[in-house]
Amino acid sequence: MSLESPLGRVRGLGTAKEGTGHFWHQRLTAIALVPLTFLFVIIMFVFFGADHARAVALMGNPLVATVMLLFLLTGFYHMKLGMQVVIEDYISHEGAKIALLLCVTLGTVALATASVFALLKLALGS
Amino acid sequence: MTQHKRPMSPHLQVYKPQLTSVLSIIHRGTGVGLAVGTLFITWWLVAAASGPGPYEATREFYGSWFGQLVLFGFSVCLFYHLCNGVRHLFWDAGWMLEIEDVYRSGWVMLCASVVLTFIAWFIGLSL
Repeated sequence: MSLESPLGRVRGLGTAKEGTGHFWHQRLTAIALVPLTFLFVIIMFVFFGADHARAVALMGNPLVATVMLLFLLTGFYHMKLGMQVVIEDYISHEGAKIALLLCVTLGTVALATASVFALLKLALGS
Repeated sequence: MTQHKRPMSPHLQVYKPQLTSVLSIIHRGTGVGLAVGTLFITWWLVAAASGPGPYEATREFYGSWFGQLVLFGFSVCLFYHLCNGVRHLFWDAGWMLEIEDVYRSGWVMLCASVVLTFIAWFIGLSL
């Protein structure tokens, strides 16, 4: 027996099967970001005043590169989830909402790709 | 159809600001601030990967008064969002949901974020 209403069946809009996915991913990344943020701040102190040669050498340290990668990837995903909620909450105009959500999703992927590529280029040597 | 004048939910403009609501609004504000801040982190990384010339330009910017202001704003957003984020995680676990706990954790979180920002800048400026 289907619990769907006749109208619901005609529209074909059922559950997206994602349930608490967004909520859970935001919390999961938040938990990961607590230690990662402290490590990121410490790494930023190490980079303080570094010239280019020293900055490249520091990024070549596997520990530094790994923490930076984790912080950036987790942070960008957390940011995408958070900005999505802000837009969904405050932008009521449907067209503007979809346009902004597109901008946030594509912009986050672009920024994350650029920063990860730059980090790997520095870490692995150019 | 007759229009009933139903009570409206309180708007922000006419609702008395409370610690709970103000901290919640700031949490979103700092989140958006951090999102803007990722532009500066990405710029720094891409410049470093591009070579000494572009990297020096970022050093010059972050050494300028405006660059320092950006860094200060980013650090405030980072520590606030971190401390209040931990508070949110406690709530998600079902802890400290009594109203007096919410107020107490709010003040503790606020103090912690100010202290962390102060410590970070103390270390940063003495390096």
